[in-house]
Amino acid sequence: MKMRKVMSALLVAAMTTALMTGCGSGSGSSDSGAASDSGSTADTGSDSAEDSGSDEGGKFKIGGIGPVTGGAAVYGEAVKNGAELAVKEINEAGGIDGVEIDFNYQDDEHDPEKAVNAYNTLKDWGMQALLGTVTSAPCVAVSEVSQADNMFMLTPSGTAVECVQYDNAFRVCFSDPMQGLESAKYIGENGLAKKVAVIYDSSDVYSTGIYEAFAKEAENQDFEIVAAEAFTAEAKTDFSVQLQKAKDGGAELVFLPFYYTEASLVLKQAAGMNFTPIFFGCDGMDGILAVEGFDVELANNLMFMSPFTPTSEDEAIQKFVKDYDAAYGGTPNQFAADAYDGIYAIKAAIEEGGVTSDMAPSDVCDAMKAAMVEISIDGVTAKGLTWEASGEPSKEPMVVKIENGDYAVVE
Amino acid sequence: MKKMSKTTRSNLITYLMVIVIFAVVQIMVSTGHVSSLLQGLLVPLCAYVILAVSLNLTVGILGELSLGHAGFMCVGAFTSAFFSKCAVEAIPAAGVRYFLALLIGAAAAGICGILIGIPVLRLKGDYLAIVTLAFGEIIKNIVNILFIGRDDKGFHFSTKDSMSLGLEEGGKVIVNGPQGITGTPKDSTFVVGVILILVTLFVVLNLMHSRSGRAIMAIRDNRIAAESVGINITKYKLMAFSISAALAGVAGVIYAHNLATLTAQPKNFGYNMSIMILVFVVLGGIGNMRGSIIAAIILTLLPELLRGLSDYRMLIYAVVLIVMMLFNWSPKAIEWREKYSARFRRKNGKSAKEAA
Amino acid sequence: MSFISYLVNGISLGSVYAIIALGYTMVYGIAKMLNFAHGDVIMVGAYVVMTAIASGGLPPAAAVLLAVVFCTILGVVIESVAYRPLLNAASSLAVLITAIGVSYLLQNVALLVFGANTKSFSSVVPVPALVLAGGSLTISGETIVTIVSCIVIMAGLTLFIKKTKAGQAMLAVSEDKGAAQLMGINVNGTIALTFAIGSALAAVAGVLLCSAYPSLNPYTGAMPGIKAFVAAVFGGIGSIPGALIGGILLGVIEIFGKAYISSQMADAIVFGVLIIVLIVKPAGILGKNIQEKV
Repeated sequence: MKMRKVMSALLVAAMTTALMTGCGSGSGSSDSGAASDSGSTADTGSDSAEDSGSDEGGKFKIGGIGPVTGGAAVYGEAVKNGAELAVKEINEAGGIDGVEIDFNYQDDEHDPEKAVNAYNTLKDWGMQALLGTVTSAPCVAVSEVSQADNMFMLTPSGTAVECVQYDNAFRVCFSDPMQGLESAKYIGENGLAKKVAVIYDSSDVYSTGIYEAFAKEAENQDFEIVAAEAFTAEAKTDFSVQLQKAKDGGAELVFLPFYYTEASLVLKQAAGMNFTPIFFGCDGMDGILAVEGFDVELANNLMFMSPFTPTSEDEAIQKFVKDYDAAYGGTPNQFAADAYDGIYAIKAAIEEGGVTSDMAPSDVCDAMKAAMVEISIDGVTAKGLTWEASGEPSKEPMVVKIENGDYAVVE
Repeated sequence: MKKMSKTTRSNLITYLMVIVIFAVVQIMVSTGHVSSLLQGLLVPLCAYVILAVSLNLTVGILGELSLGHAGFMCVGAFTSAFFSKCAVEAIPAAGVRYFLALLIGAAAAGICGILIGIPVLRLKGDYLAIVTLAFGEIIKNIVNILFIGRDDKGFHFSTKDSMSLGLEEGGKVIVNGPQGITGTPKDSTFVVGVILILVTLFVVLNLMHSRSGRAIMAIRDNRIAAESVGINITKYKLMAFSISAALAGVAGVIYAHNLATLTAQPKNFGYNMSIMILVFVVLGGIGNMRGSIIAAIILTLLPELLRGLSDYRMLIYAVVLIVMMLFNWSPKAIEWREKYSARFRRKNGKSAKEAA
Repeated sequence: MSFISYLVNGISLGSVYAIIALGYTMVYGIAKMLNFAHGDVIMVGAYVVMTAIASGGLPPAAAVLLAVVFCTILGVVIESVAYRPLLNAASSLAVLITAIGVSYLLQNVALLVFGANTKSFSSVVPVPALVLAGGSLTISGETIVTIVSCIVIMAGLTLFIKKTKAGQAMLAVSEDKGAAQLMGINVNGTIALTFAIGSALAAVAGVLLCSAYPSLNPYTGAMPGIKAFVAAVFGGIGSIPGALIGGILLGVIEIFGKAYISSQMADAIVFGVLIIVLIVKPAGILGKNIQEKV
């Protein structure tokens, strides 16, 4: 029994020292930012930087946070790829005014607590600005600590209202209420249906946020919600009840404000029960055609609101889609596109604000906050993308319809 | 020293260990030798240590397998966060407010423990485990559909959505279904966390060595024999179970007052979390409080230390967990370890003799 | 009409739970351990079938056979490496925690090998849907096959245990390990055989789960695994017909709860019913209530 105690004591001691030396040899103050020693860079596996070991103050240190393990890994993975692609392009083109970007992406497992840990890890690494986090609840938790540190953050896909409640936070995507509102308006104004059913994930922030805004706006529109049915993360394989209720209510359109993973099951089950209304989704629906082995026939006439269509004729989008496929295989979804634009927005803000790589994160934040409202970028999710001081982007949502297994933009 | 009984000494070592770790970390922090990562981890570590110790009371001392411990943590977290959010203007002093929040969180979780314990503790073994798991999931499900708002007229409740609260102009939604509670004041600190660990240890260790504790352990070892000597089984079982729940509620209060967002997700309050706490307990040694503390610290730090391995992080974590379990529990490994340490000791003894 | 359609949907969901629960209950009955990794073996089975069809070009039947073989080997390997050393550990909880470790391991290996993206599983069931009552009621081919396989497997297992020597050995091990050993039964071999059968059933369950609900990612098995565990307890863990009854009842309750009470509270309803059943019948519906003697 003695051995075991000695072993565990040793283990604890070793781990604590390892954690502490993370910056122990540095200047002491964890806010030293760019002046952080290179010793800590070595053990925080940076995935994008081709050359390890950065020179002191020689690079812009951009951090990223999102889930790459756990149930939400698919979104975090896409953001990671999209951001790394943009970083690679920028560095190959000579960086920002000759200074390269060092990008370090950390896993948060879609857990607020782990996201704060990831944030602190990046802070130890010497992060100057943050692209993240990917999912809403962790994003709100991180925004609270980043505000205290005055660290600039730009979330590619955190849609909840509170994600950008502080002045240091901006986002690339649409907010939840805006998507709900725009969807209801679109359905009402185009007279798509008189009777609408909604199925939403009542255990998910994103889904309920959209649903609530949708239901609120529906009162002003010329249609009626005949069924509003929920499901939860624990019971998301069977949607027969929700669909049956929509069918019994005579719904001509079913609004699906959740991710394509579950939506592919909804479509399959609806087809199984010969229920063929118009299906209408939000930006989370994007990517459904890329699901391996999915019968695209099922998605015919599916409509959804999205800022990004991989089949667009646009040259920049085509290049992005091609490069993404070459680098990671597969078609990028809107998460990847938002992250790609996010990195370019950070680049533009760095240039606009005259940020240099030796500035402390707090100074970087002040400069970038001011610069964000000035810049305008032509990205893959919008042309002439600008930001307001509130943190919201100004871009128009497009409605995309799937026809014959392909995306088509509806005017 | 000689008069001190073995158990008292063992207890003192446990308290001392916590205080020494605390002192070392405090000194490191004040001299600026602690990374932000570890600084951020200090408060959650306190919460996990309390959870592990409190579950060990149920599993180790009472001898019942509970898979719903995160449910009690959830109750403590939500009730206390709700209170703090409402009282943030009425009670501006953070210390007083936090103290009240702790009492409320612990009381709410304890009451839940009693309510759940009455039906559940009639069951045995794995059936008890599944029912506690079920209760944990029910608590999480209910929290996720709970909407509470406040306006000039008072509180409004709904289980549908925030619109059906019917709030007046200027009313605020406090608990917003799956979005939970946002903007809880960040009142938890490392110092308070460590004090609460010591309080938890004090409660659990004293219970263990009290008359009630011996009764509880008698029930664990042989229920029928305990019953036949006149021990009130239900009373003592319920006592251990509800104290364990109340302490989990305390951990919930720490957790809730450390993050700005409190949401009930499968990850933090689902059965996954309950299982995680159980892993701390079993790895540290069933009934061994010191072991629970060490295991909670190791297993919370491990995934953070493995960040450098990026994609392989959780894979390595799983392998380490399996290997540690085999090393700690397999009869063959224990035999091997004992043989090895005996040889080690003999060798030491021999060399000491030679030196003499 | 919608009542009948809910009932059919409930049975179809329940039959999937039942087939997973059969494997759970089998392992529990003999090895007395909750194999938390069972759900993840299901996920592995589904991935094997999918890869065999998509990349290997195998016909569905051969792919399913391959998955059964693969999962059987996997189950035996897991048992001998991770579980057997802990068979005689001081606490039965040790092996439970190791099972959780194995579950994490399988999920993360799948994450590295197949990626996080959800894949759509194309059904391997060639049976067409049954359309009744002029199109207002459809019973999918997957449901029919799942229910039939459930019954066939249940009958097969019962016969196996009653009629064969190995089956009798299993029964003996489940009653009393020590006494079985004294009677010359190879206890380790019997437990390994149980895991082999349980894992083979998991492969079949994986194929049927993913045929009925065609979405596959590294975490697909986790939730159905837990639900099946609940179903097994519901029916009386260790009892083979109990798993079938528990699974179907669980599915029906889940669907009815969603349909008639509240779709937001589906989980709370399922677990609430479970608690009530266990309080009334503490060993599940078909479980044996063993009277303790001093």
